[in-house]
Amino acid sequence: MKLRLLIVEPSELIIEGIKSFLEGQIRFKVLEPEMNTDHLAERLVAARPDIVLINPTLIDSVSHLRGEQPMAMVALVYQYVEREALKNYDAVVDIRDSRATIIETLAQASPGETDSAKHNYELTKRETAVLVQLAQGKTNKEIADALNVSVHTVISHRKNITHKTGIKSVAGLTVYAMLNNLLDESTLI
Amino acid sequence: MKSTKSRLFSSDARLSDLITAHPSLLALLTRLDISLGFGDRSIADVCEASGVDTDFFLLICNVYTFNNYVPSTAAILGTDMTGLVSYLEKSHRYYVDKRLPHIESHLDAIAQNLGGRIGQVFISFFKEYKHEVETHFKHEEHDVFPHIRALMAGERDVTYSIGEFIDTHSDIEGKLDDLLNIVFKYLPPQVDDDNVLDVVYDILRLREDLKKHTFIEEKIMVPLVQHLEHAILL
Repeated sequence: MKLRLLIVEPSELIIEGIKSFLEGQIRFKVLEPEMNTDHLAERLVAARPDIVLINPTLIDSVSHLRGEQPMAMVALVYQYVEREALKNYDAVVDIRDSRATIIETLAQASPGETDSAKHNYELTKRETAVLVQLAQGKTNKEIADALNVSVHTVISHRKNITHKTGIKSVAGLTVYAMLNNLLDESTLI
Repeated sequence: MKSTKSRLFSSDARLSDLITAHPSLLALLTRLDISLGFGDRSIADVCEASGVDTDFFLLICNVYTFNNYVPSTAAILGTDMTGLVSYLEKSHRYYVDKRLPHIESHLDAIAQNLGGRIGQVFISFFKEYKHEVETHFKHEEHDVFPHIRALMAGERDVTYSIGEFIDTHSDIEGKLDDLLNIVFKYLPPQVDDDNVLDVVYDILRLREDLKKHTFIEEKIMVPLVQHLEHAILL
């Protein structure tokens, strides 16, 4: 799948420069650019870009632009910009960067590249720890205390476990844990 | 003019054509008191010979076949539903006496194969589920069905209300998804015997059947009983 890139930038010169840098890069599909932010919100919904390369001087904040769909917000800067102003961006491209650096920064920033958890169905260490305690018959509260996290966190781990395994019931998860040798037989109730 | 309720399958079609087009309906026939060997007779003829109301038969077949088909209250009230409770009871027996033991025998073989504590935990997961299903059905047979029979006989039965059923009715097919995932995704490769494939097909079929069963209870039985309760209290 090609990465859909939307450039939001007032300078035609810069737009053309970025486009020429990306020419021949089959990973990217450059969408028709926006030169201002007047219709940006609607455009994002309609065009569904993976990456938005945007000049941060055009907009106060990008956080409100993020919708349901994962998209990377990359700041396009001409010169030094306060770190604070860039804190909501996923990456920063400086027009003085080399062609290779710019391409690499954009590719790395795309949600598909960075959000590896989305396609990774292996349980994390923390999820495994929650699963083992669940299989031992512990309640969410007991698990939260044992792992020193909030009940809310335990619940979100449980959601992830179910999402990854397709198994909802505690009894089913216990069978799963046993089949994966996650349980010491003596700890079973 | 054909009524809406027979719009999907019509009573003058051959029963064999219906089954050829939708083989999964075969599993319904005995629960609807229709034996095989119906030859080339039409749906109406077979139903009449078997003492089954044709519209009721078509209603159930249509619900089983068309996922988006929800019969209107008018269609339900316009159909002779005398056979509903008996059909639901026979479905319960079919699940409890035939399907679940069949699945269990495959799972038993898999558990033997797994051996040890894992085998035990694996099979007891299913036994627990089976127990839940039986308890679920027993409640319906003990409280809900006699209530419907009484209402249908014109008795003023206020010892139970379908409102209780609406509040507490839970799905019984969810845990089958867990079982399905465990069986086809997580069993170790050395348990790669025919039992696994057989049981996966069996579970898939039972899950679909139970979904429709729940649907019939919630979308046909409930509106019917609400209407009967209302009518009898007036």
